[in-house]
Amino acid sequence: MPGVINMDELTDVDKAKMERDQKKIEVKLERWMTSKCCTEFMEAVQAGVEEDTLVKGIAEDKNPFKELKGGCVVC
Amino acid sequence: MGEMEELRKEADNLKDQITEARKVVQDTTLQEAVAGTTLVGRVQLKTRKTLRGHLAKIYAMHWGTDTNCSKLCVSASQDGKLIVWDTLTTNKVSAIPLKSSWVMTCAYAPSGNMVACGGLDNMCSIYNLKGKDGNVKVMRELAAHTGYLSCCRFLSDSEIITSSGDCTCVLWDIETGTEKTIFAGHLGDCMSLAVSPDFKMFISGACDFTAKLWDIREASCRQTFSGHESDINAIGFFPNGNAVITGSDDATCKLYDLRADQELITYQDSGIMCGVTSLAPSLSGRLLLAGYDDFNVNIWDMLKAERVGVLAGHDNRVSCIGVSSDGMACCTGSWDSFLKIWN
Repeated sequence: MPGVINMDELTDVDKAKMERDQKKIEVKLERWMTSKCCTEFMEAVQAGVEEDTLVKGIAEDKNPFKELKGGCVVC
Repeated sequence: MGEMEELRKEADNLKDQITEARKVVQDTTLQEAVAGTTLVGRVQLKTRKTLRGHLAKIYAMHWGTDTNCSKLCVSASQDGKLIVWDTLTTNKVSAIPLKSSWVMTCAYAPSGNMVACGGLDNMCSIYNLKGKDGNVKVMRELAAHTGYLSCCRFLSDSEIITSSGDCTCVLWDIETGTEKTIFAGHLGDCMSLAVSPDFKMFISGACDFTAKLWDIREASCRQTFSGHESDINAIGFFPNGNAVITGSDDATCKLYDLRADQELITYQDSGIMCGVTSLAPSLSGRLLLAGYDDFNVNIWDMLKAERVGVLAGHDNRVSCIGVSSDGMACCTGSWDSFLKIWN
């Protein structure tokens, strides 16, 4: 089992070291152009939208959550 | 220069480099990119079911995902109960009494075999729904966090991830009840977590105003997203796993792209001044449903960043929201003790 890290026990220097070491990792990240990301984002949304009930709505008779007819509801 | 000062200076220098690197790849904004698309039509959802049974504030809900339970969900209330609901009939499949009523989160295992919850007891309790004699019993109590349990999500029947007020997230082995990995790095209470669709990563949102992306098996933090001006209360993955959505006390939601390593857009309106408590994207990701402190759920067009609907129906704060795995309905849970199913 890895050492239990109790954040309360870390000194300010420990926390500053963790932060510095984390930024050393993050600075190396390879980043995509936002234009490519935006295009993919739009395509992903458009691809699924026809099947998206909350966007397209659903016919009353096909709605599994429709009012159950008949009987009575006791609350 | 003292060690602290040196470390701070190094970190600030690296942060500046990261800011620069993000600017370099920013050749367009989402707003510019979607200029030619049409706003999605007005979304008017109706309450189809009201789930009545809790006697106090509801703090959390989670839909089942397995095909056997895609219409089942679990809710947690400070009346000290977890209730598993059949949302089609509104029947209670199970009503599980909790040792501690100070519950803040609940989760449904992907298999449908278990549920979990936790809160001010600092523990994550796992319940077996498929016990031999039909009774639902505590299977494990995962204890090691030194702060409240804010969120939990199953990876499988044998692993669960928790986030805590002690600023850490933990991956647990449910079988042995021990911690496999501790994810430390946030400088404030972790409030929420979400697992990626491929189960390889998870994201956490915290009171240090940042969201972090973690690699589960490498046990490392890959990326940190800033920009919010207050606590992040809610977090979720965009359906294809390539972007992260956050909701904050600063009254905004933000969309961060993982590959560009930066914010693509902010969902905000000058008329909205209260915090975001919960969020869920619709199946395609076209809509973002977000619960706010003012008792409403606002529905956003995720591409155009404009409000296209409101769910008004609760008499108190909407504390939790979820969209079913087949996208057919959304469920809201509130401090008014009711859950509502909408589509």
